[in-house]
Amino acid sequence: MTQISGSPLDENSYVLETRALRAYYRMKYFGIDREVRAVDGISMHVRKNEIYGIAGESSCGKTTFIKAIAAAIRPPLEIVAGHVNYNFINNDLYALPSKERSAIRWRHLSYILQGSMNVLNPVRRIHKTFEDFAFRHMHMGRSEFEQEVKRHLERLRLPAEILRAYPHELSGGMRQRVCIALATLCKPEFIIADEPTTALDVVVQKDVLAMIRETQSEFGSSMIFVTHDLAVHANITDRLGIMYAGRLVEEGRTADVFSNPMHPYTAHLIASLPRIGDIHPRNALTGSPPSLADPPKGCRFHPRCPLAMEICRHENPALTTLAEDHRVACFAASATVQPTSDEKPQHPEALETVR
Amino acid sequence: MTGPLLQLEGVSKTYRRGGLFGREEFRAVDNVSFRIEDNEPQVFTVIGESGSGKTTLARMILNMVRPTAGTIFFKGQDLASMRGARARRIFMKDVQPIFQNPFEAFNPLKRVDRYLLMTAKNFTPARSSAQLEAAADRALKKVGLSIGEVRGRFPHELSGGQLQRVAIARALIPGPSMIVADEPVSMVDASLRMSIVNLFRTLRDDLKVSIIYITHDLATAYYVSDRIIIMRKGEVVESGSARVVLENPQHSYSQLLKSAVLSPDPHGRGVLTGDSAASQQARASPHPQIDNLEPQVR
Ligand SMILES: Nc1ncnc2c1ncn2[C@@H]1O[C@H](COP(=O)(O)OP(=O)(O)O)[C@@H](O)[C@H]1O
Ligand SMILES: Nc1ncnc2c1ncn2[C@@H]1O[C@H](COP(=O)(O)OP(=O)(O)O)[C@@H](O)[C@H]1O
Ligand code: SF4
Ligand SMILES: [Mg+2]
Ligand SMILES: [Mg+2]
Repeated sequence: MTQISGSPLDENSYVLETRALRAYYRMKYFGIDREVRAVDGISMHVRKNEIYGIAGESSCGKTTFIKAIAAAIRPPLEIVAGHVNYNFINNDLYALPSKERSAIRWRHLSYILQGSMNVLNPVRRIHKTFEDFAFRHMHMGRSEFEQEVKRHLERLRLPAEILRAYPHELSGGMRQRVCIALATLCKPEFIIADEPTTALDVVVQKDVLAMIRETQSEFGSSMIFVTHDLAVHANITDRLGIMYAGRLVEEGRTADVFSNPMHPYTAHLIASLPRIGDIHPRNALTGSPPSLADPPKGCRFHPRCPLAMEICRHENPALTTLAEDHRVACFAASATVQPTSDEKPQHPEALETVR
Repeated sequence: MTGPLLQLEGVSKTYRRGGLFGREEFRAVDNVSFRIEDNEPQVFTVIGESGSGKTTLARMILNMVRPTAGTIFFKGQDLASMRGARARRIFMKDVQPIFQNPFEAFNPLKRVDRYLLMTAKNFTPARSSAQLEAAADRALKKVGLSIGEVRGRFPHELSGGQLQRVAIARALIPGPSMIVADEPVSMVDASLRMSIVNLFRTLRDDLKVSIIYITHDLATAYYVSDRIIIMRKGEVVESGSARVVLENPQHSYSQLLKSAVLSPDPHGRGVLTGDSAASQQARASPHPQIDNLEPQVR
């Protein structure tokens, strides 16, 4: 196993690395096994001090991937294969005893989710929620803690008055800012944001995104930022991974992915974005994304792909580096793209470390 | 039919708020006037942030909510003077709604084809089950689906985009001359949005249906609309040809909205802290969002 901790970190060292990660929902319906292959062989890494974006249509597996890297696995979701490594633990996340694993979630990881009301307790004033969340982890006296909370709010340009408010007394945008303040109070090494601005109005969204960006740069945290909205990715992420049907199909610097998309799915997504000032007709893709309970063989995009060839129906294209910092999983993109196994690996090492 | 298809004259809706001490009148929709001509089907877009009164306006146009002041005429008839079940049914046949969240609009325990068959039964002469299915299939074909794809399916078995198409197909069955679509794409992915708004164009051009498209998404509004109004706190702050207004908004609020639209062309890090109107405003005040501290009434 590659070891990445120990040495001083530079911009290119990894904070998170996943290898061939597979997470399936496994259920029994009327005695029949059903498997939803929501994350199916994802290998990627997040560097120090970057915002790594994940895009893709709804149900492609974005949230499941987040659950898998955050050790938030509950039945029927299972880690079926692969590895998750953070540089602040010297081991595979899923090789740790479950107690240690959940300690990691609290100590090193932090979340900003879409529904702020799930995080904020509706019957407690905001300052109580701060206490519930963070007091134990901050290891300081109560008045010192209160000072620290106020300092933090000030840094994020939030008025201290909000501490006395109940969640329902705040607007949606304000609640989302409070969630960001909560998520960053302990200066987390790694922040996970899942559709954090999807429910907000545009003006508020822009401010909240700016706040996320500023907070992340100030603390030098690394972040995974999930949203289906490519315009948001264009404005906040450093690198971007495009997911389709449980797999990563393209990944690169955000600017490169937008200016030179190499996977037909990415190219379609970007070409179909509406822009004020441009009335060119935008064509929609035909068909719908596949069911992850019974995905098509080979390249999962082939039933909808205008460039599909014979090989695409049988073989799964490997995510391959085709330009600097730019990986693509498409046979049509380059002859160097080779088939890779479609099946989950059965070798003992993978099964041993994953349970 | 001559004269406008739809005409609103000084339409307002006031709600009373507050409890024990002092009641407060609150204008959800404030003195809105516009007209949609009958001779030219169009996509008429209502833009506004949440709480600006869009849904209240839509419900008044659908005759589900009575205005507190002002008049709404549909094909020359004052909606307030409409009497009797028959008149209502004729109106409903002609003006059909599509709601925001397709997963809420459909009962999760009811097969989606039931909705189509019920609508066909209520609003068309079809009676036998073969005729009803044929009516449903004709409508589904117009949105790129077929009865075979939805027969016996429950809402959760369809994707959000498919479900929103079914909702549009259902609205087409009675053969309406106007569809009121309240945030029809807010809950679907960006990639599916375009297929829905493309569909609106087709309905306008091929079926001559006028669409009232309610949204907060300026980019799709620009792409698909003929005319727009921009609403803020119940009032129309700007209106006109969609291209003209969105390319060169005159009202400061329209300008703020446009400046907050995220361009899909990446600018790299730091663009968000740049000099948008919104962030300038934010920096001008030490407590930028203090006005948001007011209780939000739902
Ligand atoms: N608790 C669950 N049980 C079974 N299937 C699930 C569950 N949660 C999600 N799924 C399925 O897993 C797939 C991926 O879902 P998700 O990760 O939520 O996608 P995204 O976040 O991209 O919208 C979908 O097909 C979804 O229906
Ligand atoms: N039945 C109602 N009673 C009281 N207030 C209402 C009612 N319906 C809507 N409102 C208020 O009217 C305003 C406009 O709401 P709405 O029309 O739903 O706006 P939008 O659809 O633009 O978000 C909001 O402040 C809302 O709280
Ligand atoms: S591998 Fe084949 S089917 Fe898949 S995206 Fe490339 S060309 Fe299309
Ligand atoms: Mg999700
Ligand atoms: Mg509304």
